[in-house]
Amino acid sequence: MVKKLRYTNALAVLFTVAGLSAPALAGSEDVVVENAWSRASIGVNRPGAAYMTVRNTGEDAVTLTGLATPLAMMPEIHESKTNSVGVSSMAPAGEITIEPGQSVALEPGGLHAMLMKLQEPMTEGENFPLTLTFSDGGKVTVEVPILGIAARGPEG
Amino acid sequence: MQRRQLLLYGAAGAGVLGLTLFVGWWRVDGPGAPEPKGQRPLPLSAMEFRLTDHEENEVGPGNLIGRPTMVFFGFTYCPDVCPTTLSDISGWLEELGDEASEMNVVFITVDPERDTVEAMAEYVGYFHPVIRGWTGPEDQIARAAEGFRASFERVPTEGGGYTMNHTASVFLFDAEGELVTMIDYHEPREFAVPKIRRALTEDVEGAT
Repeated sequence: MVKKLRYTNALAVLFTVAGLSAPALAGSEDVVVENAWSRASIGVNRPGAAYMTVRNTGEDAVTLTGLATPLAMMPEIHESKTNSVGVSSMAPAGEITIEPGQSVALEPGGLHAMLMKLQEPMTEGENFPLTLTFSDGGKVTVEVPILGIAARGPEG
Repeated sequence: MQRRQLLLYGAAGAGVLGLTLFVGWWRVDGPGAPEPKGQRPLPLSAMEFRLTDHEENEVGPGNLIGRPTMVFFGFTYCPDVCPTTLSDISGWLEELGDEASEMNVVFITVDPERDTVEAMAEYVGYFHPVIRGWTGPEDQIARAAEGFRASFERVPTEGGGYTMNHTASVFLFDAEGELVTMIDYHEPREFAVPKIRRALTEDVEGAT
C-alpha cells in the first residue's frame, strides 16, 4: 500500500514536470530573434520603437502574445498602416501567429514594438532587454541595441 | 422564327450589357468620374498660412518660393512613421550632396499642442541640417494642411494619451511653387532621389 502510494506520487511528480515542460516544447523554444535594434528617444515623454525579425525555426506554429521590458511600462506590438490616400495611422497589432519555418519582420513603417511610458530615456549606444511572450507560456528575451534617432536599420 | 427571336433577345442583351459597361466606365474611370477628393495640392503661391520655424522666424508659403521645396507633415511624438520619413529624407539629401542645400525642406507638425518651437528645434537637430521644423496655432496648421490637401486627425490611445493619423506623403514643388510630384511613404530610394532631381532640374529650366 505504502509502496503503491509512493509510486503514485512519483507518477504525479513525473506528470507535473512533464506538464510544466510540455508548453515550452510547443514551439516558442524554437523562436529565434534576429537583427534587433531601436532608436534613441528624446527624454521619456515620447514613445520609443524597437524592430527585429522573429523567426520560427520549429515545426509548430507559435503565437506572440505580448512584450515586457524594464525600460517601458507599456510595451506593445503596434502596426503602422498607410492607406490609399497616403494617410498613416497606428494601432495595436494584437496577437501574431508565426507558422513553422516562417518569420515576422518588425520594421519601420509596419509592425514595431512600441515602448510606451518609458522609465528612462533611450540613450544611443546602450542596450535594453526585451522579453517576447508566447501563447505556450514560453518567453524569449533579447538585448536590443539603441542606435541614433535617425537610424534606418540594424546597421544604423 | 424561334431562332430569330433568340437572336433578337441576344442582341438586345448584348446591347444592354454594353450600355451598362459604358455607363459604369463613364462614372468610374471616364469623364464622368468624380474628382478624386482633393488630391492635388495647391501651388505654394495660392496657399495662405502663418507659422513659426524652429528658430522662431515667422514663416509662410511665400518663404518657399524661389527654390525647389520638399514638405511633409508629421509630429515628434510619432515613434515609427515620422522618424522613418525624416531619416529617409536625410538619406535622400545626403545622396543629393551639395544640391540639397539648394532646397527648402520643411517638416510641418500636425500636433502643435506638444510640438512647440523648442520641441521642433530639438527634434530636427537630429536629422539632416537642411530640414526645418514649422509649428504654430492649430488653425494655421489646418490651413496649411488644407493647401497641401493633407489630412490629420487626433486619435486617443488607451494609455490616456493620443496619437495623430496624418498624411505621410512628401510633397515636391519646383522653384516657382508648382507641385512637381509626391513621394509616397515607403517609396524606395531609387525612385525618390530621381523625383527630387526632377524638382531641382525644373528649377534650372525655369531659370534659363
